[in-house]
Amino acid sequence: MSAEEAHPHLETLRGHQPRFRGLEAGHRACQGCGEALAARLVTEAAGPDVMVANATGCLEVFTTPWPQSAWRLPWIHSVFGNAAAVAAGMEAALKQQGRRTRVLAFAGDGGTFDIGFQALSGMMERGHDVLFVCFDNEAYMNTGVQRSGSTPHAAMTNTSPPGTARMGKRHMKKDILAIIAAHRIPYAATASVAYPSDLRKKVRRAMDTGGPVFLQVHSPCPLGWGHDSDLTVQVARLAVQTGLFPLVEMERGELIGTLPIREVRPVADYLRLQQRFRHLFAGDFRAEKELEHLQAIADRNIERFELRGTGKERYDTEGADTVHRGGDRWA
Amino acid sequence: MALPLEGSQALARTVALCRPQVVSAYPITPQTHIVEGIARLVADGQLECEMVSVESEHSAASVALGAAAAGSRAYTASASQGILLMSEVLFDIAGMRVPLVMTCANRAVSAPLSIWNDHQDAMAVRDAGWIQLYCASNQEAVDTTVQAFRIAEHCSLPVMVCVDGFTLTHTLEPLELPDQAQVDDYLPAYRFAHGLDPDAPRSLGTLVTPEHFTEARLGHHAALQRALGAIEAADADWAAVSGRGCGGLLEVRGDPQARTGILVMGSVLGTLEDAMDADPRGRRVRFLKLRSFRPFPAEALRRACQGLDTLIVLDRALSPGSGGIVGPEVKAALMDMTDPPRVHNLAAGLGGRDLPLDLYGRLLEAVEGAEAPLPFTLIDADPLLLPEADRPGAPLPEEAP
Repeated sequence: MSAEEAHPHLETLRGHQPRFRGLEAGHRACQGCGEALAARLVTEAAGPDVMVANATGCLEVFTTPWPQSAWRLPWIHSVFGNAAAVAAGMEAALKQQGRRTRVLAFAGDGGTFDIGFQALSGMMERGHDVLFVCFDNEAYMNTGVQRSGSTPHAAMTNTSPPGTARMGKRHMKKDILAIIAAHRIPYAATASVAYPSDLRKKVRRAMDTGGPVFLQVHSPCPLGWGHDSDLTVQVARLAVQTGLFPLVEMERGELIGTLPIREVRPVADYLRLQQRFRHLFAGDFRAEKELEHLQAIADRNIERFELRGTGKERYDTEGADTVHRGGDRWA
Repeated sequence: MALPLEGSQALARTVALCRPQVVSAYPITPQTHIVEGIARLVADGQLECEMVSVESEHSAASVALGAAAAGSRAYTASASQGILLMSEVLFDIAGMRVPLVMTCANRAVSAPLSIWNDHQDAMAVRDAGWIQLYCASNQEAVDTTVQAFRIAEHCSLPVMVCVDGFTLTHTLEPLELPDQAQVDDYLPAYRFAHGLDPDAPRSLGTLVTPEHFTEARLGHHAALQRALGAIEAADADWAAVSGRGCGGLLEVRGDPQARTGILVMGSVLGTLEDAMDADPRGRRVRFLKLRSFRPFPAEALRRACQGLDTLIVLDRALSPGSGGIVGPEVKAALMDMTDPPRVHNLAAGLGGRDLPLDLYGRLLEAVEGAEAPLPFTLIDADPLLLPEADRPGAPLPEEAP
């Protein structure tokens, strides 16, 4: 039985999708890939009149095994560290040609926090009209899970393995948003694949704002983080609910909004689901200390961004992902 | 009418005549006067283009790449460390077959730090897949720059115009600049057939498995070989428009009947030509001015070497542990000749060391009477300035116990 015979409505349904799909299904991402989900959500919200500059990484590799491509958008990949600069060139060209097509730059955390950082900073300083999206999965996943500047403290990667002398990554996750904020760009935000309505709203707000705008999307990697592939959204949600990944918005470097956490969860709930933090549950003194350390980081985030909230935030679709769909112009 | 112009200022004005839509660069000596000149033309409203002053050469090449891919004529310029910093992107631009033009104000590469002229920078990216054209004079640099846009866009390949740093870039001399109508007639509007377009979305720079990679490289190699014809045609067409050619791929100058030849790239040719005219011994040679180093015009080179007994190849760069760089390529190409000349590979003028008129005599005297090819020699080096242990032929130091 063919797929169409088995699911007679599949093609019809897809044909009636009201949204534009910039990234098609059928690419080669792993099951449960947070980055693939995030890229689909971002391109849906950004619409069809865009061009993409993509840094080297999983997203580039799993979407474009030549002669196939999953992109319905004009898309270019150059090298690892230059997505922001290629995007700047595209924007300069479109501006000179008097065209209104918008430019997106996509990079992982390596292409944003580390090797692509200088180009990103330069692009923002020069004020190019580019939306830079960082798909943050907190390590170099494409090369087989090595630590990056974004890897959380104490996480295990293949270059920050725990052992008798080490407890995973020795250093802290780089506060990239604070660095972006220092550029005083018109709009910057964090988002999560667990909050798609919030993510779409932020993409649209960024596109409407124009100028250099920045979005950091927390995108779990089941393979690199060591969690079941059906837990991607749950893991991402727990990162927000524990306070480890605050969802915030900034204008010109000033905080303008946060997604409040109604029920703050202990960091252990988040960490326990992931093999990369397994050594923190060995029950020994070192593990206890590191758990306390990570809890303190989350507590500090909650305090700093005043994340504890009681009211229902309209973009917080927890447990009711469809409530706002069709009912809110952003959703 | 010839105007007294500094090489860099002439290049800036020439680039502007080619109507680039995006110029991106990062300052590095001796390229700076070129981009400063372009910036002034933009500031004065004489050139309408996006001037993107970036934070590194890596980004300069990347911005030019993005602009060209998005459908605009793009230009950049660099030298030395800048060429090396952008080298990753240079390979990428060429591999994607994106047409853009760069001036390389040729300079030595550190360490030790030298801001002065040789060809080490362009040689370091010899295999990047760009067309590399070397200019013997500032007039050639002007004319080659116009041609470069035509060649790049015709062949879908990037072109590096190599101009000797300081020797050309900072020298003031009378130069003919083309007028705008000539350039407009000669250069069609920019077009990149594989560009980015929301109406016809295309993926550029994708992942290619071993199943297809070799063919992608073959296609690139074939494109460069096809460019041989385009370079000759562009030069001939420009000569028809402006009255000035640059010698196509390779030009024979001096005495075409001479049995001894000297092959050079770049501005040292002028020095050697003057020296020949003033040679007290009246020695005449056949000069081979190699203009196109990539693609390498092996066929034209063999033709130009017919009847030579001796060919001196003067390198302006060094491959440490091997020797010259142009020399071995010339030798390889001449292997296919039935009666090839004896090729002596010498080098001089590294890191801006002066190339005086007496170089001519020293080259000829170095090979005089040689029955076999000489070993590669840095002809203007003084080994006695080195500590004894560093001199050629010194014994290996004892290993630490």
